Amino acid sequence: MNKTVLDLWVGLFVIAGIAALLFLALKVGSMSTVNSTDSYEVIARFENIGGLKARAPVKSAGVVVGRVTDVRFDNETYEAAVTLRLDKRYAFPKDTSATIMTSGLLGEQYIGLEAGGDSQKLKDKDRILITQDAVVLENLIGQFLYGKAQEGAPQ
Amino acid sequence: MLKQAIQNLGNRTLEGIWRIGYATRFFVTILLHSGTAFRRFGLTIREMYFSGVLSLIIILVSGLFVGMVLGLQGYETLQTFGSEEALGILVALSLVRELGPVVAALLFASRAGSAITAEIGLMKATEQLSAMEMMAVDPIARVVAPRFWAGVISMPLLAALFSAMGIFGGYLVGVQLIGVDEGLFWSQMRSSVDFEQDILNGVIKSVVFGIAITAIALYEGYDAPPTAEGVSGATTRTVVASSLAVLALDFVLTAFMFRGLN
Repeated sequence: MNKTVLDLWVGLFVIAGIAALLFLALKVGSMSTVNSTDSYEVIARFENIGGLKARAPVKSAGVVVGRVTDVRFDNETYEAAVTLRLDKRYAFPKDTSATIMTSGLLGEQYIGLEAGGDSQKLKDKDRILITQDAVVLENLIGQFLYGKAQEGAPQ
Repeated sequence: MLKQAIQNLGNRTLEGIWRIGYATRFFVTILLHSGTAFRRFGLTIREMYFSGVLSLIIILVSGLFVGMVLGLQGYETLQTFGSEEALGILVALSLVRELGPVVAALLFASRAGSAITAEIGLMKATEQLSAMEMMAVDPIARVVAPRFWAGVISMPLLAALFSAMGIFGGYLVGVQLIGVDEGLFWSQMRSSVDFEQDILNGVIKSVVFGIAITAIALYEGYDAPPTAEGVSGATTRTVVASSLAVLALDFVLTAFMFRGLN
């Protein structure tokens, strides 16, 4: 079978297509799922997680250090059990605290980790004990209105 | 009068069922006779030239313009919320998830699908397919299967090129023309577009569309009445049926892929 001009064009087409796929994969997208070999899981319990969802980022000092892999409701303690998958490169002390925060006023919710002072590090399947719930805007407004009403009440 | 109407209805229903059965059998026959398309890969490459390479221009140009329009419209809308830097996310996600596979498939159906139907319909009308059978050459293996695989291989490549070109168009308008910050444009895009969830699902979609379009085009051509009128009718049916199939399949696939995400 001899090579023809046609083969050249099809070859160019295939190369261009694969290049476009590579462009999409490398420049446009990123692997958000940290694979299990170089990461570890910790669990944090919250009374209210607000709008936190699986795949939300876990940040410490503003840097993404992991992802939320699972959000479950624990029927025994009536709390939300959130599984965090953290990058193995980052080790945190045992008394690290986890807070649910919002980026911007209406932005997505993420988990912020604040390192404590313990000399022991968090290990796989450990539990983060100090947690702070999501700020629920309705409660905040309710408290504010309640406070205002008390202020204005006649003595 | 009424009896006639009921007879017609029954006739049409039966014919529809008959066509579905025949189309399924045809599809299975293509898959069974695919060996030649890979053993003599030159045949498939030839068809990839006609359905893939010749569709390149329309795909690239439309991709560029769709991306540019997305850049303009997206900016106008995002500006009212003061979040222009999310333009990259909007352009990339809408292209990679939906517009890339779907619009590329619609263009492919009208550019390559109609050509395939017309070609096979004419081959049938001029009795070339019967002549092949006379020479003990299986027309399904020699003519139909290479076209099928060429379409299935070309479609994801075309969709990827469409998306890449669209993102480039969005970049041209958003960053170069309007002046959205370039670093934010790309970094916001990268942080929100997931390789598996978004890009891989887009590729899967385009493969499915490729299968649907080429199968419909080949079937309509093979089934066309061997007259000039019949071939033109079959070409029209190819474009209508494959466009509808693409849109309906897109809904089903999207419901499967992205529903559990949030």
